[in-house]
Amino acid sequence: MMSGWSVIRIATILVYLFLFAPVAVVILLAFNANQFGSFPIEGFSLRWFEALWNNDAIVRAFKTSLLLGLLTAAISTTLGTLAALAMVRYDFPGKRTISTLLVAPILIPEVVLAVALLLFLQFLSMPKSFGLLLMGHVVFTLPFVVLVVQARLVSIRRDVEEAAMSLGATPVQTFFEVTLPLMLPAVMAGMLFAFTISFDDITGTLFWKPGGVETVPTQIFAMLRNSISPEINALGAVMVIFTIALPLVAASIARVMAMRKTGTTK
Amino acid sequence: MAADAAGARRTPWMLLSPSLATISLLLIVPMLFIVVYSFWLRTATGADQVGFYFDNWIEVLGDRFYRDILFQTLLIAFYTTVICALVGYIPAYFVANTRMKSKAFLLLLLMLPFWISYIIRTMSWINILGTSGALNTLFLSMGIIDDPIQMLYNQQTVVLGLVHYLLPFMILNVYVSLDGIDKNLTEAAKSLGCTGFQAFREVTLPLSMPGLAAGSLLCFVLAAGTYITPIVLGGPRDAMFANLVFEAIVTQLNWPLGSALSLVLLALLGALVVIYTRYLGIDQIAKSFK
Repeated sequence: MMSGWSVIRIATILVYLFLFAPVAVVILLAFNANQFGSFPIEGFSLRWFEALWNNDAIVRAFKTSLLLGLLTAAISTTLGTLAALAMVRYDFPGKRTISTLLVAPILIPEVVLAVALLLFLQFLSMPKSFGLLLMGHVVFTLPFVVLVVQARLVSIRRDVEEAAMSLGATPVQTFFEVTLPLMLPAVMAGMLFAFTISFDDITGTLFWKPGGVETVPTQIFAMLRNSISPEINALGAVMVIFTIALPLVAASIARVMAMRKTGTTK
Repeated sequence: MAADAAGARRTPWMLLSPSLATISLLLIVPMLFIVVYSFWLRTATGADQVGFYFDNWIEVLGDRFYRDILFQTLLIAFYTTVICALVGYIPAYFVANTRMKSKAFLLLLLMLPFWISYIIRTMSWINILGTSGALNTLFLSMGIIDDPIQMLYNQQTVVLGLVHYLLPFMILNVYVSLDGIDKNLTEAAKSLGCTGFQAFREVTLPLSMPGLAAGSLLCFVLAAGTYITPIVLGGPRDAMFANLVFEAIVTQLNWPLGSALSLVLLALLGALVVIYTRYLGIDQIAKSFK
């Protein structure tokens, strides 16, 4: 008889397969030469990637997503880092309420958040626009940045800052010379998180986007609804590679930076 | 000195003010606005009639159509949550207890789905279950079936898609709980005569409840608020409540009705979150970010 542990191990492998097999199939089909881009596999081809590259709508969607993601990450990380600093470094009355308020955008279903923001801005006679998309994405990603930065900030010791101040640095100098370099990995992590969430968002984006503007996810969604075009797997593959490569590259940059830093202090 | 103290008291508020202003203006005020808006009326001409009418609420709360879809939504979310809990507990247990060197790698793999687009993961099932998908191709070539069978576009595939999307949330939350359990406790239980399974039932399972509860809350709330999965993987009769919201707002442009519908969704899911935070605290969910 099999031991309980090996049953658990096999079940775990099956769950991992369940999580990754469908995505692996997307990537597999993206390289399939078959003229409908579906099964059976008929050989290796890059034709679907070429088709993607030549599809103006998709290239435009990609640019929109990229711009939106970068702007969201920049704004959200700036706001979120400041808030996280306040939450970790200071005690003040009403801290619990503030902490709930900061994560409120996660606690509210995204659909409701999307409706509220859309209708409020329409009431103020602001039309659907890229600006609305950006505002929505900032609100929606802000709590994630606050949580991620807060979690890492706790481990930065206060004494280093106090040492700098006792050596005559002003609070502003201390922040830029000591605190910011130390919390850079946390800030980068928050930024990456915000970018990926924004780049991937569809629930809110479908409400907020003006007609004619598509992001990559809404473009995929539109392609799914019209007719399943074979390019879709290639687009999926690009997106998977993009969103997985990004954190890996960021992680290795962080490692190189950390190594260089310890190298100079030696 | 006094000026310094006052300055120090002001600093956190200065740091917080940009975030708080953003959340107030783009979330709190709009939320209050749709509460008011839900009592207005959309007239046949398309203009809003400002006032205090209960028509939208009577329609939303009284109409069987809305009630049935609401019930269906909660049912789908419930199935999804239960399956996620049952299926997700095992790998969480394995990763928490394995002595293999690959633990870090297994954990990294668990984070990976969060980085893979939701829409890609949802549509990937069309490649598996569709009429020209992997399973049909396999069955046809093996001669089990003569014609492709349509396995997609029903309630089961909606649940399947949601489980696939939400399972990592569950696994990670349960893992965080399981990993925090002192291994000596189960050893102690065993040395006192418990069998392995008894030790699990009496010690490990109760101690992992906070993670299971946090994962379940996340799964349920996220599942009940979705409208993309039913459109991509469901049939015409598998609409969920958020689809009604989307229809009312984007297609019919009946904003007051859409406001009332989204407030119903918020009230239901919000009540769950409030009950949860009362008993377990929101910190449990924040733990999985560390």
